[in-house]
Amino acid sequence: MTFAIQFVIDVLSLGGAYALMALGLVIVYGILRLVNFAYGELIMVAGYTMFLVGGSGLPWLVMAAVAVVMAVLAGIATDYVAFRPVRAKSVTAVLITSFAFSTLLQNAALLFISPRPQTVPLPALFSKTVTIGGAVTPLRNIITIVAAVVLLGLFALLMRRTVLGIAMRAAATNFTMARMLGVPANLIITSAFAISGFLAGVVGLLWIGRIGTVVPGIGLEPLLVAFIATVIGGMRSLSGAVIGGFLLALIDTSLNYTLPQDLLKFRDAFTFSLVILILLWRPEGLVKGPASGQRT
Amino acid sequence: MLEIADLEVRYGAIRAVRGLSLSVATGELVALVGANGAGKSSTLMCIAGALKAAAGSIRLDGEDITSAKPEAIVRRGIATVPETRDVFPDLTVEENLTLGGYTRRRDGPGMAEDRQRMLALFPRLAERTSQPAGTLSGGEQQMLVIARAMMSRPKVLLLDEPSLGLAPVVVEQIFAMIAALKAAGTTILLVEQNVAKALAVADRAYVMRLGRIAASGTAAEIGGATDLKALYLGG
Repeated sequence: MTFAIQFVIDVLSLGGAYALMALGLVIVYGILRLVNFAYGELIMVAGYTMFLVGGSGLPWLVMAAVAVVMAVLAGIATDYVAFRPVRAKSVTAVLITSFAFSTLLQNAALLFISPRPQTVPLPALFSKTVTIGGAVTPLRNIITIVAAVVLLGLFALLMRRTVLGIAMRAAATNFTMARMLGVPANLIITSAFAISGFLAGVVGLLWIGRIGTVVPGIGLEPLLVAFIATVIGGMRSLSGAVIGGFLLALIDTSLNYTLPQDLLKFRDAFTFSLVILILLWRPEGLVKGPASGQRT
Repeated sequence: MLEIADLEVRYGAIRAVRGLSLSVATGELVALVGANGAGKSSTLMCIAGALKAAAGSIRLDGEDITSAKPEAIVRRGIATVPETRDVFPDLTVEENLTLGGYTRRRDGPGMAEDRQRMLALFPRLAERTSQPAGTLSGGEQQMLVIARAMMSRPKVLLLDEPSLGLAPVVVEQIFAMIAALKAAGTTILLVEQNVAKALAVADRAYVMRLGRIAASGTAAEIGGATDLKALYLGG
């Protein structure tokens, strides 16, 4: 029983983080049909902001809020720098500009901060453990689960109950028609990047909270996770991204629990093999996205 | 109200619309008819801002809107119902209508009133407000896109082939609703291949052939023209 509780908490906390990562990527993909390869760097920005304001003596929550705001601004900057100037040109152009922006940010961190891991301030809460039904788990995991539930709830509310959310869902299906109803293209796209940045910021805090340090390449794994989760989930569907995130966490956690020590370092190979199987079974992903739409 | 002069629309080297001029006065229902490929839809999409004009001008109440973005054109008062219908299939009927009023989203009471008016005009939709629009029949989807376009309280409504692919009985209903919208004072530019139906509701009509206006006149004149078939087929 203890074991089961432990397992469930692990899956939910990892899955919560994965789901938020995936959502941040798919919100932009859904509308632009373009993967933002600079997405991982939004997490990096949040991490380095924490590092930079770390000595300020501000309460942790204030620092965290600053970090999230910086991630949002970096998200919006991605749109203005990497996407907007070449959006109408070609997919390849945007692919390259988003890679370039990603590299630019990483190298800025290397150059102006340090290639070495930098310690990020963490609240005392993050290092505490709690015992639930006999299972000892870091409080951090519970915080992650709560944060994921709250954010997914807020996100669903935003997408279903606000005109902006409805317009974003509409734009994801048929951008031209949405514009012909008066929905401004730039507002929708910038909002998508801002939401993406917000999710990346919060995920960044939780993600970096696991290790306590930030390095320039910290964004790679979240980007990869987000990408795989969205591919499993169906690439175009918001709920699919969330399901994909949790499924990927289930696979990862199960492998962590069952693989012998020697094989554990090859865990990703097993994970990806399972992902390949899922994709062979459902090439379109688990959840079918909205009916066809064209790129803008 | 709406004036188009010497409009030209190109797809690469192909000139789909060549020097087209037409006008629609306030409260008028003008039909733009012609064979498949005559350039009717291109004209409409160009007015809506979804296609760029290669030459010529489009004016609404004297203001030049030729190169405005689609979202700006709706704000100026032109709502478009494309021939592809384009409901948002995953959004409910209600959400589709909400988006139709996007340009007036701060006018809550006015929106609620228009919503009531549209649901009264299209009772089939009233029964299905919480249903995803993709589950509606073709006729219901057509009603929804018209209702959705009307939610912006447009000065001019552009309707592209509202009867396309619909059963005759549904076509009757749709045209009855178009007549009702006109009676309520809406200015309409109607593109239609179903000439008889279009001329029955229209005040005036233009016949398009190979990207040009081949004939124009009152609906009665166009309807009575013995060479209509010739105009159509280019004889």
